[in-house]
Amino acid sequence: MTAVSIPEEMALEARLRSRRAGGAKLLVPYVTAGLTDDWVRVVEAVAAAGADAIEIGIPFSDPIIDGPVIQAASQTALERGVTPASALAELGEVSVGVPLVAMTYCNLLFHAGFHRYAGWLEEAGVAGTIFPDLPKEEAGPWAEFAAGKGIANVLLVAPTTSEDRARAIAAESRGFVYGVGLMGVTGVREQLAASAIGVAKRLKSVTDRPVLIGVGVSSPLHARQLAPHADGVVVGSALVKILADGGGPEGAYDFVSSLRQALDGQ
Amino acid sequence: MSSLFADPGSASGYFGDFGGRFVPEPLMAAVRELEDLFTAAWEDPAFQAEYHSILTGYAGRPTPVTYCANLSQDLGIELYLKREDLTHTGSHKINNVVGQALLTRRMGKSRIIAETGAGQHGVATATAAALFGLKCTVYMGAVDVKRQALNVFRMRLLGAEVVPVNSGSRTLKDAINEAMREWVACVEDTHYCIGSVMGPHPYPLMVRQFQRVIGDEARSQMHEAIGTDPDFVVACVGGGSNAAGTFTAFLESDAAIVGVEPAGGAAVGRGTPGVVHGMRSKFLQDEFGQVEEAQSISAGLDYPGVGPEHAYLASIGRARYEAVDDAAVLNAFQVLSRREGIIPALEPAHALAWVLAEAGAAIPLGSRVLVTLSGRGDKDSEQVAEILGGA
Repeated sequence: MTAVSIPEEMALEARLRSRRAGGAKLLVPYVTAGLTDDWVRVVEAVAAAGADAIEIGIPFSDPIIDGPVIQAASQTALERGVTPASALAELGEVSVGVPLVAMTYCNLLFHAGFHRYAGWLEEAGVAGTIFPDLPKEEAGPWAEFAAGKGIANVLLVAPTTSEDRARAIAAESRGFVYGVGLMGVTGVREQLAASAIGVAKRLKSVTDRPVLIGVGVSSPLHARQLAPHADGVVVGSALVKILADGGGPEGAYDFVSSLRQALDGQ
Repeated sequence: MSSLFADPGSASGYFGDFGGRFVPEPLMAAVRELEDLFTAAWEDPAFQAEYHSILTGYAGRPTPVTYCANLSQDLGIELYLKREDLTHTGSHKINNVVGQALLTRRMGKSRIIAETGAGQHGVATATAAALFGLKCTVYMGAVDVKRQALNVFRMRLLGAEVVPVNSGSRTLKDAINEAMREWVACVEDTHYCIGSVMGPHPYPLMVRQFQRVIGDEARSQMHEAIGTDPDFVVACVGGGSNAAGTFTAFLESDAAIVGVEPAGGAAVGRGTPGVVHGMRSKFLQDEFGQVEEAQSISAGLDYPGVGPEHAYLASIGRARYEAVDDAAVLNAFQVLSRREGIIPALEPAHALAWVLAEAGAAIPLGSRVLVTLSGRGDKDSEQVAEILGGA
């Protein structure tokens, strides 16, 4: 397969802005690559259920910002022999019709090198990257390289990020700005943290870029609570838990559909 | 070259190509606050006075340099030991935690968390927490909880909570992961007291500065003893804090500087560049960048990475890094015990093992060799007794 740049209609930010302009709240579910044999079917089901983009978690041995659910999923995937190259190659075999965003830790990027990593992303048709441990100060070289390939590098803002810094991060982020909803690792939470709405409001006041809130966003209720304040949500651990418990593509479809309906006000 | 080594608070946080600050955004405010606070404190005479008065009155500094007459005769060299084993809590780790506990108090935080491998840093942190009235939680790999039971008891006795970590390889690297995860959730009132010259800036620099008392004392003690610098300065390297604290004082001397890594965890020797635990350094990793498990008899050196300053010193050729295997370490553990009446921890037994192997070879006969004895071996006695069959 020859590497091609991301086609314009699949560019991450254009797609999200266009959906937002049409009045939609944005939904970006997260799936751990290689968790099960049928994980690519899961990605298709998530798209069919109304995702606006899908975060693909590439498993890493030391996921320091992930809680027990995604840690365990990453471990399982690694034990199944999943590598960044194998996961992205599998993804390249399907076309799901929504932009894909590869989330992992920056050691995998640096170890592969920019050219090789970008090559994998392009062959898989991935439109964006998220590296939670690659902050603004260190992200520049990759962000620039990726932009040259039409790949958006998404930066994160936290509840402890000052307003000035949030503005600067939002300016440099591409695709969307990822607002971390709480001070803590990824995981399923009963209640939406107050900080999630706080981060959403702060980000909306400093940027026109799409603002998505993730970490601790676990249910249709949480999505509905955030909808008035943010452009959308990222939902990870709650979906991965369903997959880890054997929910498969059907379980994923049902859960993502329920999130979609909550965001659509149904 | 000196500015790269002796510039606390340097804005970049890099030692050459190594170091940096690769932390998730939720931790960025805390590490920046820590950098500012440390930089100000290090320049503050009142802070320095309090830090050194605790090291003197509580931790038992200065520690002596001991000339090992018996082994020197055996080996045909002059062997000197910097006796960090004689500090309160039994290892050099106390130097760093006293400094970080003072910073914790300056930040107005009420709790301190730490990772530990062999348990020495955990014990030191629990000790400082008791002294300063801080709450303390120590994360320790479940494998290490088992092989360092004595230190687990000591930490609990000192009032710390010890949390066994069951993820990944269940050793030091996973304890660090878990401590970082916990820190994100409680950063407002909690300081993460990293135990080695590793992690995001300012930790590698800050911990090096808190440990440089080892080398500063040792250099002047060597000058008193022999009128000049030693020919060799040798220390064991896991993350590398006792080595960094020792080497710093000798970087601009003519001494050959040698870090000794465990053969199963030789990150400088056979690692490749990467970014893990907040720093760009060298790590044992597979062809895709997944971090591999270190394998060492010594829980304190069972780490697949190394502090960025060591990766840097190796890259510019100022220090060399050698590896020794577990059998050589066990031998050195016994040799020092029998010939000098000093039971070393398994960690510095690595440094000794290299000296035993190379005296008369890489170390020319007649050389004056300084080894940092970073801790005492009580904690390892039960484990070694099992291996040696109660010897």
